[in-house]
Amino acid sequence: MSAGKTIRVTVNSVIYERTVEPRLLLSDFLRQELALTGTHVGCEHGVCGACTIIVNGDSVRACLMLAVQADGATVETVEGLGSIHKLNPLQKAFQEQHALQCGFCTPGMLMTVTDLLRKYPLATDEDIREGLSGNLCRCTGYEHIVRAVRTLVRQTEGTP
Amino acid sequence: MKPAAFDYLAADSLDAAAAALSRAGGDGKVLAGGQSLMPMLNFRLVRPSILIDINRIPGLAYIEATDNAVRVGALTRHHAIETSPVVKAHLPVLTAAMQHVAHLAIRNRGTIGGSLSHADPAAELPMMALLLDARIAIQSYGGRRTEQARDFFVGSLATSLGEDEIVTDVEFPRLAPGTGWAFEEVARRSGDFALAAVGVTISVRDGKADQVRIGMMGVGETPLRAPQAEALLSGRTVDGALLDEAVASVRSVVEPNSDLHASGEYRRHLVGVLARRAIETAWRRAIGDLQ
Ligand SMILES: Cc1cc2nc3c(=O)[nH]c(=O)nc-3n(C[C@H](O)[C@H](O)[C@H](O)COP(=O)(O)OP(=O)(O)OC[C@H]3O[C@@H](n4cnc5c(N)ncnc54)[C@H](O)[C@@H]3O)c2cc1C
Ligand code: FES
Ligand code: FES
Repeated sequence: MSAGKTIRVTVNSVIYERTVEPRLLLSDFLRQELALTGTHVGCEHGVCGACTIIVNGDSVRACLMLAVQADGATVETVEGLGSIHKLNPLQKAFQEQHALQCGFCTPGMLMTVTDLLRKYPLATDEDIREGLSGNLCRCTGYEHIVRAVRTLVRQTEGTP
Repeated sequence: MKPAAFDYLAADSLDAAAAALSRAGGDGKVLAGGQSLMPMLNFRLVRPSILIDINRIPGLAYIEATDNAVRVGALTRHHAIETSPVVKAHLPVLTAAMQHVAHLAIRNRGTIGGSLSHADPAAELPMMALLLDARIAIQSYGGRRTEQARDFFVGSLATSLGEDEIVTDVEFPRLAPGTGWAFEEVARRSGDFALAAVGVTISVRDGKADQVRIGMMGVGETPLRAPQAEALLSGRTVDGALLDEAVASVRSVVEPNSDLHASGEYRRHLVGVLARRAIETAWRRAIGDLQ
């Protein structure tokens, strides 16, 4: 076993310090070391999108980063978006438009859309579908997810 | 589905990274965006003894226009290239190709140096480097060298890089103003690796096609140029009959493999269809018939 490294990571505004093995994936760090199991793990090779989180302002696959690489970074996970009693507007749109069934893909969807909304206008359904193309959902058929994002984009456009 | 153990070094300079790579004696791997290397580690397809992380090296991510080229630092992320006004102004065909690279979360991490070094035969950046006659700058513990893209890609997932060498930047000669261009790709789903794609640049001189370049990917062990079809088009006016000839020429030189996603025959057919579209679009842009 190779020597552990001590890292400091800010996750959803909380600073954590842990000593980890270099080979520990960021997804496993969040789930196993910090007990933040909202970040789901589907494929561990970047394809399914379930583990998508935001690191220093950019969406990334948590399964394709090492925990040691997050030393000094600011991480946002689904736990930081809202709470059961106070959903954020994106979570509310998902709830209202029935954009989830089993919920396995949902954390990755939410974090992906959070980043998409910051970077692209998402003016058309085609743009939304393109943006979501890296996140697999086995339940919904995507229609309601697209609808949730579309509804949110329209609402935000309506507000000054 | 978890990597085997390795040591980890976050290099703070290229010299430190090159020295560590040299010390590892072929058993070390450079970690850039990790979007190809991490899956391979997770699958234990590779088991390096040490990972040399170049993400914290300052000054390795940039896009700058020089007098006649655009220089891109090895650590520049796909998303930065996709959205760069400099790239759009001088290499619009590259901007178009970047729309097809993976998904936002992958483009946020993946780097040009990593994509070229990984050399997937269906990846957009290696094909763009070949199409645009890019020059790749390389550093090792022993020194520096440059290599033309045409000599860099030697096989599927294989380059001329020595095991102690690091790509530092990529220089793309600018397209002359008015150059026509096009990029056409077919993938099973948006963001997937391409089944096939074709990129073309054409200038016009005296109403005839000049300096024609045709790049192809997904239809061989490496990205490819189509020198016969390029020669065929040069000095002529592009019309339906000439397009037929060019398409036939392109189809006759490729030897695509069959895999889970498509048969070799289908890929051969596809590359012809895409070549026709791309040549026609590039030509129409070159003669000012299309924006
Ligand atoms: C789901 C998914 C879909 C994808 N779809 C596409 C797609 O459609 N098109 C596409 O082109 N790519 C696609 N990719 C791959 C992506 O573009 C990668 O970013 C790219 O192939 C590798 O770049 P990287 O920076 O992540 O390199 P890494 O994964 O860090 O490294 C890849 C290899 O290159 C070596 N290396 C890295 N940087 C250097 C350097 N500077 N010098 C020397 N060696 C170096 C590493 O040691 C390793 O062997 C996809 C990836 C995933 C996970
Ligand atoms: S678990 Fe990370 S993309 Fe599937
Ligand atoms: S809701 Fe079940 S996978 Fe998407």
